[in-house]
Amino acid sequence: MENQFFVDSEYLSPKALEIKHRLETDPTSRKNHMEYMPGMEIIESDVCKNVMEHFNSYDYTKYTPKDVVAALEHETCTIEDFKALLSPAALPYLEKMAQRASRETAKHFGNTVYLFTPLYIANYCENYCVYCGFNCYNHINRMKLSMEQIEKEMKVIADSGMEEILILTGESRGQSNIEYIGKACSLARKYFRMVGLEIYPVNTDEYAYLHSCGADYVTVFQETYDTVKYEQLHLLGHKRVWPYRFDAQERALRGGMRGVAFSALLGLSDFRKDALASALHVYYLQRKYPHAEMSLSCPRLRPIINNDKINPLDVHEKELCQVLCAYRIFLPYVGITVSSRESAQFRNGIVKIAATKVSAGVSTGIGDHEDKYSGKDTDNEKGDEQFEIDDGRSLEKMYDDITDEGLQPVLNDYLYL
Amino acid sequence: MNNDKLIIGGHEFNSRFILGSGKYSMKLIEAAVKDAGAEIITLAVRRANTKEQENILDYIPKKVTLLPNTSGARNAEEAVRIARLARELGCGDFVKIEIMKDTKYLLPDNVETVKATEILANEGFVVMPYMYPDLNTARDLVNAGAASVMPLASPIGSNKGLATKEFIQILIDEIDLPIIVDAGIGKPSQACEAMEMGAAAIMANTALATAGDLTLMASAFKNAIEAGRKAYLAGLGRVLTRGAAASDPLTGFLRD
Repeated sequence: MENQFFVDSEYLSPKALEIKHRLETDPTSRKNHMEYMPGMEIIESDVCKNVMEHFNSYDYTKYTPKDVVAALEHETCTIEDFKALLSPAALPYLEKMAQRASRETAKHFGNTVYLFTPLYIANYCENYCVYCGFNCYNHINRMKLSMEQIEKEMKVIADSGMEEILILTGESRGQSNIEYIGKACSLARKYFRMVGLEIYPVNTDEYAYLHSCGADYVTVFQETYDTVKYEQLHLLGHKRVWPYRFDAQERALRGGMRGVAFSALLGLSDFRKDALASALHVYYLQRKYPHAEMSLSCPRLRPIINNDKINPLDVHEKELCQVLCAYRIFLPYVGITVSSRESAQFRNGIVKIAATKVSAGVSTGIGDHEDKYSGKDTDNEKGDEQFEIDDGRSLEKMYDDITDEGLQPVLNDYLYL
Repeated sequence: MNNDKLIIGGHEFNSRFILGSGKYSMKLIEAAVKDAGAEIITLAVRRANTKEQENILDYIPKKVTLLPNTSGARNAEEAVRIARLARELGCGDFVKIEIMKDTKYLLPDNVETVKATEILANEGFVVMPYMYPDLNTARDLVNAGAASVMPLASPIGSNKGLATKEFIQILIDEIDLPIIVDAGIGKPSQACEAMEMGAAAIMANTALATAGDLTLMASAFKNAIEAGRKAYLAGLGRVLTRGAAASDPLTGFLRD
């Protein structure tokens, strides 16, 4: 069964509702999602072409147990092997895949697990992405933190011992412009060793500016590599432009960022094909920018405010684990991040197999760290959350749990140079 | 044998096992010092001086020499900055240069490594460069003021042993500085083999960090390195490669 994404808020005007319904029902009312909007930089790159050739031709039903066994026996995992490992034929071999993945993780990362926390500084958004809690038609408490409020949040987080932060905004250039985000990065450099960004995609010179402000890692989720499906889920706004989003990591690297992170949002479309494209996106960019650090995430769809039925469909924990094992075997050197969208039990297990980074002390709301960290109910103004998290463990609890699993939690492995 | 010291930049060490960093656990450090007898432990500057509950620096016994490394550096300039930072942090004058422009295999960049070695040696550092085993580069490193040369045995973390054996042997034969084999040593037997070849010391991490019984593996490395060293000092005997030697000597026709 498909997810039912469309929810009408009683707060929308008749005019707004009319536009919303037209966007939802009449494809001709929507902009061409493959066409760049004014101001969007176009770069020359063959990465997209390479990735999409595989994406389009990938028929995972043709792989057999024999292909899977062969893939697991090969010392170096080829693209063809990776395709076999992502196929349904590989599911019965999940334990074997996990064992191989675990060995690869140990070879490249030992027993370390990195920790970070996200900080949402604004939830305004100009896009209508039907599955997202921040979408512009969803009635939620909107908020943008002032620099004073951001600093206060950062102090609370830094006091918990956290050294790596990921700054997020809703995708609104109007409300959260580059200068605003740059100032937040400069503040973050005072409190944290590593500052990452997960914001709307920007041009190379803007990434260079944000890098000069202290950011060194850029995460952009492509959501889905299926352009047709993408068009049906991202109905309005600059995020609708699929190819501009695809090239975001490459622009970030050209802008001087040390590393970039990738993912599809699993559950939006055919997750096997999306997983294939996500990993190949990393693979081809790594060949072009060998110095860059790369990491993969694996978010699955989650319920949002005003729509608690949204779920990741056929991507159950077993399938998620299969994807992560395949990622690890194909790309043994990349970081793999598993967010608080997943349960504590899943995260405790997957760090022993493939994941190298987990979040802790997470809030996807705006301005609520003091309340969440102190357990107090302050009268601080707050903005609503992007999605419901599952694993709400604090940094301290996460640190202890990782240690109890026989692993070594690491708060920082990074220098801003 | 008792006077057989490893000398790096004028400093003497009894142990020829160096614990690499990157995959730390406090148990590993303890095992390396207690059971493998390590006197040098490398330290990734990018992980040092954090607010972390378990700061690595606190766990390293005072008698152990810290060897900060420049991991994270993508060129000579960045390596120099990290080395200076290490000195400011109180890590001493030793520095292991690691410059990687490749995040997939983590292979060192020899050209940038020579540049960084020269700058840091001039600033009084005891410079120990990690390098791809190339004789010309090794000579450049000597001229640049390196205190040792650290060729890789195989890709870092691969546990594949002495994949570059022939080239490491050339460095051992031609370079007067201590040749310390770094990266890729997966088993004590491989460490032993490198020591038999005349390597001055062995650096390892993953092999210990991922062992089933850390303590036991640490002492296995200690014994293997010592055995290899003794064999090297004793001078390896005759090795029959293809059956027995000819009974009629080829030079029997010579008359005086």
